[in-house]
Amino acid sequence: MSEPLFSKKNLKLLSDPLNDSNPITVQVLGICSALAVTAQLKPSIVMTISVMAVLAFANVIISLLRNTIPNRIRIIVQLVVIAALVILVDQVLRAYVYDVSKQLSVFVGLIITNCIIMGRLEAFALGNRPWQSFLDGIGNAAGYGFILIVVGFFRELLGSGSLLGYQIIPDSWYIANGGFYENNGLMVLSPMALIVVGVIIWVQRSRNRKLIED
Amino acid sequence: MDRNSNTYTFLYAAIMVIVVAAVLASVSMALKPAQKKNVEIEKKQNILASVNIESTAETAEAIYAEKIVDEYLVNTKGEKVDGNAFTTDLKKERAKSFDEMVLPVFVCDTEEGTKYVLPVYGAGLWGPIWGYVSVSDDMNTIFGANFDHEGETPGLGAEISTSAFEEQFKGKEIFDNSGEMVSILVAKTGQVAPEEHKVDGISGGTITSKGLEAMLKDDFTGYEAFLNKNKK
Repeated sequence: MSEPLFSKKNLKLLSDPLNDSNPITVQVLGICSALAVTAQLKPSIVMTISVMAVLAFANVIISLLRNTIPNRIRIIVQLVVIAALVILVDQVLRAYVYDVSKQLSVFVGLIITNCIIMGRLEAFALGNRPWQSFLDGIGNAAGYGFILIVVGFFRELLGSGSLLGYQIIPDSWYIANGGFYENNGLMVLSPMALIVVGVIIWVQRSRNRKLIED
Repeated sequence: MDRNSNTYTFLYAAIMVIVVAAVLASVSMALKPAQKKNVEIEKKQNILASVNIESTAETAEAIYAEKIVDEYLVNTKGEKVDGNAFTTDLKKERAKSFDEMVLPVFVCDTEEGTKYVLPVYGAGLWGPIWGYVSVSDDMNTIFGANFDHEGETPGLGAEISTSAFEEQFKGKEIFDNSGEMVSILVAKTGQVAPEEHKVDGISGGTITSKGLEAMLKDDFTGYEAFLNKNKK
């Protein structure tokens, strides 16, 4: 217990998922939600926060229970914990940010099926202490959310000409108003999310030699 | 206790389920009032949108209180009946027989005269669709419309809730010149229909378009007596 809270090893739990073991670009987990919610920046951010809350708490709860969970039903226990947390998040969104909750509709429920969450519970929380598990949860959710926000940024900017709902491209630029610019409608559709993720993977691999397999 | 024994596993599962159920039930009860409020505000925003008044979640209640001067229930003979119009569940009313049905009417005072907002409710492709249609005091010309849905396909059927689709309803007429009710036809390109009763359907959203057309026809039939009675 003499290990400091933010030792080098613990900080690595936070920083690794941002780059070397990013859940989306390296492990390619949680792709479906990355495609679905990133048409605009705001739902991407809300999804990030929701996943972060669910993943961090699920990790801590499973880690606290790890010595009591019967091995034969451990997957069921994990699912119950995740599902309960997701319902809590959904209820809170519905009560306090109703418009966002309407927009995310089914995707909040789908956090339950986000492979990142069960993957981290099974691979990390079951074998590590609560504080480390908490950091691991925050780190992985941040790695996931970072990609979501980058994708959301480009899709909203190029697809709708706005960011967080505020118009960025001046109205007079549009062809309809006698200008030269037109929004790229394809950016709003989900295939473009996959292509943007692909471009991010490309950029990341060209800068991080460790990720290149022979 | 042996962590691999059956007794332990059963006990563990039972206690876990009870604890989780208790937590979820209490949270749901605690947040219920705030959630109900949000749904109410959204309904008010939709009613206001059908008379072409923009509102936000913050301003909806104040504008609603100012603009909606009366709300009441009518039966299918066009007579006013007792009851709360705002909380009337249209889904339940539509399930009743034609004679027992009571339908809400919201009276709105706008700069362009008195408008009557008629809620409508029907079936789309994947689930229910609903909306609010406002008519001017000739009880014939549509002043505005607002539609919403539960789970129509985004980009196809879900387009009914876009303003581009809703705008088309402005100025359309429910009755023809002889006073016969024709409702509004949601037509495909090339389909022959009188211009004052026709809006363009949605490509790729045919079943939702047809569902919307049937919804309007059914619900206007329910309001027919009320509309005829109050015609000016």
